[in-house]
Amino acid sequence: MARHIVATAREIPEGGRKRVVINSRPIAVFHSKGEYFALYDTCPHEGGSLSAGKLTGLVQSDGPGDYRLCRKGEIVRCPWHGWEFDLRTGQSYCDPRRMRVKSYEAGTTRPSEAVEGPYKATTFPVTVDDEYVFVEV
Amino acid sequence: MSLDTVDDVLVESRGEARAERTRPVRSTIVDCDVHPTVRTAKDLEPYLARRWWDHFTTYGLRPKHGNATADPYPKAQPRAARRDAWAPNGDQPGSNLAFMREHYLDPYGVECGILSPLNPTGQGDQNIDFSIAMTHAVNDWQLDVFTRLEPRFKASIVIPYEDGEASAREIELRAGTADFAQVLFLTRTSEPIGKRRYWPIFEAAAHHGVPVALHVFGYSGHPVSGTGWPSYYIEEMTGHSAACQAAVASLVLEGVFERFPELKVVIIEGGFGWLPSLTWRLDRHWQKLGAEVPGCRRPPSEYIREHIWITTQPIEEPEDTADLIQTMEWIGWDRLLFATDYPHWDFDDPMRALPRGLDPANRRKIEAENARALFKLG
Amino acid sequence: MTEAILPAGAIDCDVHPVVPGIAALVPYLDAYWQEMIDVRGIEGFESRAYPPMAPMSARADWRGPDGRAAESVEPVRRQLFDQWGEGGAILNCLYGIQTIHDLSLAAAMARAVNDWLAAEWLAIEPRFRASIVLPLQSPELAVEEIERRAADKRFVQVLALVMGEQPLGQRAYWPVWAAAERHGLPLAIHTGSAYRRAITALGWPSSWLEDYVDQAQAFQAQVGSLVSHGVFNRFPGLKVVLSESGITWLPAFLWRFSKNWRGLRIEIPWVERPPIEIVRDHFRLTLQPIDAPDGATFERIIDQLGSDEMLLFSTDYPHWQLDGDQPMPDWLPAGTRRKIAVDNPRATYPRLGEVPSGGDR
Repeated sequence: MARHIVATAREIPEGGRKRVVINSRPIAVFHSKGEYFALYDTCPHEGGSLSAGKLTGLVQSDGPGDYRLCRKGEIVRCPWHGWEFDLRTGQSYCDPRRMRVKSYEAGTTRPSEAVEGPYKATTFPVTVDDEYVFVEV
Repeated sequence: MSLDTVDDVLVESRGEARAERTRPVRSTIVDCDVHPTVRTAKDLEPYLARRWWDHFTTYGLRPKHGNATADPYPKAQPRAARRDAWAPNGDQPGSNLAFMREHYLDPYGVECGILSPLNPTGQGDQNIDFSIAMTHAVNDWQLDVFTRLEPRFKASIVIPYEDGEASAREIELRAGTADFAQVLFLTRTSEPIGKRRYWPIFEAAAHHGVPVALHVFGYSGHPVSGTGWPSYYIEEMTGHSAACQAAVASLVLEGVFERFPELKVVIIEGGFGWLPSLTWRLDRHWQKLGAEVPGCRRPPSEYIREHIWITTQPIEEPEDTADLIQTMEWIGWDRLLFATDYPHWDFDDPMRALPRGLDPANRRKIEAENARALFKLG
Repeated sequence: MTEAILPAGAIDCDVHPVVPGIAALVPYLDAYWQEMIDVRGIEGFESRAYPPMAPMSARADWRGPDGRAAESVEPVRRQLFDQWGEGGAILNCLYGIQTIHDLSLAAAMARAVNDWLAAEWLAIEPRFRASIVLPLQSPELAVEEIERRAADKRFVQVLALVMGEQPLGQRAYWPVWAAAERHGLPLAIHTGSAYRRAITALGWPSSWLEDYVDQAQAFQAQVGSLVSHGVFNRFPGLKVVLSESGITWLPAFLWRFSKNWRGLRIEIPWVERPPIEIVRDHFRLTLQPIDAPDGATFERIIDQLGSDEMLLFSTDYPHWQLDGDQPMPDWLPAGTRRKIAVDNPRATYPRLGEVPSGGDR
């Protein structure tokens, strides 16, 4: 496992996202409600790219006609058939046991930390003053 | 379709990432269901007589439902499209040819995509004269904007199907143009599609050797089932397969295939899982009760096997894929036509939608060979 | 008696007693309605769903000299119990009260049909049970009819047509399902229409045959409606018996519905598990007609449903579904026969066990 720098923090504003490829894996990086999340980008259903999906909340219900929207910004809906994935865990809501995407740890770091291991910045230019987003793969 | 812009949706999609098309393509496909549309309604102005452009801008489309902005059952995704199918300049999904080449035709290895315009077309409009003018305009538009610029696309002869004679005239006009691959109905006609009022259409199509496609949707004024109007979009969507069943039953029992032995029919975007059961049900009851329908002289299953093709999308997803393969076998490997439904949200990806475990020869039939034969593609 | 193919105690879950004519019901109407029948010359409410002389309405050898069938106990009991060896049968009366527009008249006729069933069928033959015919045109009056019958344990089910006023999942009907659940009465949804509208999304078919084939589409819509509206969240004890539906349409419909649900959960978030699982738990299907070309195909379809608890033996007597002497296909394995003819009906209809077999109420 290593922490890969994938973007400047500025590049992925609140509500934004970026698709990156790390070790041949396509990964969708999201910035939502002050946190960074990373999920394997490919929907297990038919392969839609989650990085193009809509960030939304979790719709729950106590019964017919009741709708509760919670955890706003913590769910990504596949841009194709709308399967919902939890940004934190990668689990789907339609079949949490069998259908999920891998989730990866993500966050930010400063270059003073970046140039010391275990961060990998070989493909990403790093300057002294910026904050960077990493994904651990 | 409203003449308003869609700025608030565009703003969001510009902020969203574009998926890179990196996956390799193994072999080419013939996609039997692609949905082109206009960037805005104004794109059709050059193709309509002034009188009809004025009518359109004054009254809009008038299908048999009450929502002037959009559809009475709100969709699952904006414009019922894949969220990643909006062009970078904001053109709506299916309206920008350059983007469609880059986003769809090239990466998916589409050797031929059969266009079925759905909106705006004027099909099923309450004003039949407007329907006649609009469908004619849409046919001209398809040639100019799509097929003359992109040889991988074929067009549909969009017809004002509620007027059988006018539709036959449009077919006569277009059938000689190689760009047109099929005649296009929507499934939800105002009477069951096998009834004699529609026979001039079948006659013209059969005469010219052009298949007749029945694509799901349409606003006939009838709810999606005889039980009444459903509450939810999921009910309406799921119910499209039932409307396809009604269409097939009508064609067979009204004796359309007996009367037009050269006619070929394609059912589009209803899935296909329902077809075996319908076939068995028709056969079973026809055996005893067929005296009432002398136009249907042979077992229904024979007509279905000989005259009907069906696209795969939205492909059914049983828990056990062996059940899906069994269903395909019941229908016949030469009857199934692959379709993506690009750019709609319930898109089937050519690389992933078909079940694993398909015999490669059967897979190739579904992906391309059946369609090449049916539509006489080069 | 036919060589026994039926296990002992088999319950036929779909049999149709036929009202001979409105005169048979007049004794069960109150004075006002009796007067109206006479003064206004009201001739009756037979449904077009089964024209009496149509071939499907009765097998030829089950018709009397006047061409009609199943209008009295004697021929029915002779065929079901003496000839076939059934242990019991559930009567679904399809007299067309659902076609009536006047809600009070509909309720009065429903009450009369249920009284006629109780007096002239259930009281005469202890092996009969019946569905309560409901004037669903008025959910309120339908609830009253259920409450009127609930204490009579010979009524084991409530009856709706597959095509009525509105899809059955909608809230207007919930008081009716509440009453049915409360009293341990499954809901039978049976082939047939009140003809409030065209029976398909494409309008009115030309032939009776096409109408009959199209009924399967309505069953699909009703399954969709009941599940989508969360009827089983609200009424977890409710069972639904799809009667005379054809059966083999169900798996492919569920694949499609469940697939859509995965992306459209947000529209109906109270549906917390795949529709196919909800249907396995709450829906049952009567056996006839079997829309399959052979036994092997039918067994494949039942495998696809993933449950051996869903089928309920039926003959659909006197409708012409069966040929020959046997009440069920001989290709069904013995274990399956017992399951569908005895175990599944007893599990589905709690009231079946509540009336002593030789006694009256």
